[in-house]
Amino acid sequence: MAQDDRPLSPHLQVYRPQFTSILSILHRITGVALGLGALALVAWLAALAAGPEAFAVARGVARSWLGCLVLVGFTWALFYHLCNGIRHLFWDAGMGFELETARLSGYGVVAASVVLTALAWLAGILGSGGAS
Amino acid sequence: MSRQENLRSRLGRVRGLGSAKEGAAHWWGQRLTAIALVPLTFWFTASLAGLWGASHGEVVAWMRGPVAPVMLIALLVAGLHHLQLGLQVVIEDYIHSETAKWTLVIVVKLGAALAAVIAIVAVLRTAFGA
Repeated sequence: MAQDDRPLSPHLQVYRPQFTSILSILHRITGVALGLGALALVAWLAALAAGPEAFAVARGVARSWLGCLVLVGFTWALFYHLCNGIRHLFWDAGMGFELETARLSGYGVVAASVVLTALAWLAGILGSGGAS
Repeated sequence: MSRQENLRSRLGRVRGLGSAKEGAAHWWGQRLTAIALVPLTFWFTASLAGLWGASHGEVVAWMRGPVAPVMLIALLVAGLHHLQLGLQVVIEDYIHSETAKWTLVIVVKLGAALAAVIAIVAVLRTAFGA
């Protein structure tokens, strides 16, 4: 079918990557990753409802070093997608399209996502009264 | 082009075709859930940070409070709806085989609905169970 030969959008290979285009595809990548995060949340809620034994297993997985690594990744993906999503909502309202504004808001989104991730984990670790 | 098609208006010919299929409803649903998810996500991350290291009993006690089940179910409904709308666009952008595309879209939409039901029942069981 001729249809199968058409180029797929968005075209990731044919343009030179720029800061703003990398942020754009990161929005998509974090969105897809958060689909896995949503499954993890559903599993955690199911374990919570199933009782203390199932919950202990979920808690052990979450607190393993690999679990923590994945959860830090999910936290950053969530905050990035959230902050960049707010940036998108401003664009939807017709604001912030100037190249310089778009570049600056991009820096703001990256900085905010890192700071919020650090704050969330600091609050979690300090609040529970000890390391991980 | 046959003579009969010539008699159709331009609007009549493009309606139901191309990029204007159901774009407005999809676009609007994506934005509406996005707006709802801004406060819900801040509440969710702050809550989970507060629950880090908590025991089963502590998390159950939290879930039996007045706020947690309401906010969690709102988060699950808005989040999973937002997720399936977004994944649909990704699938439509990158997968061109009609069969694979629609199979995946159906799996994603039904999967998100099933995940929402499982999670909401789990929340309600924890909040109101014996």
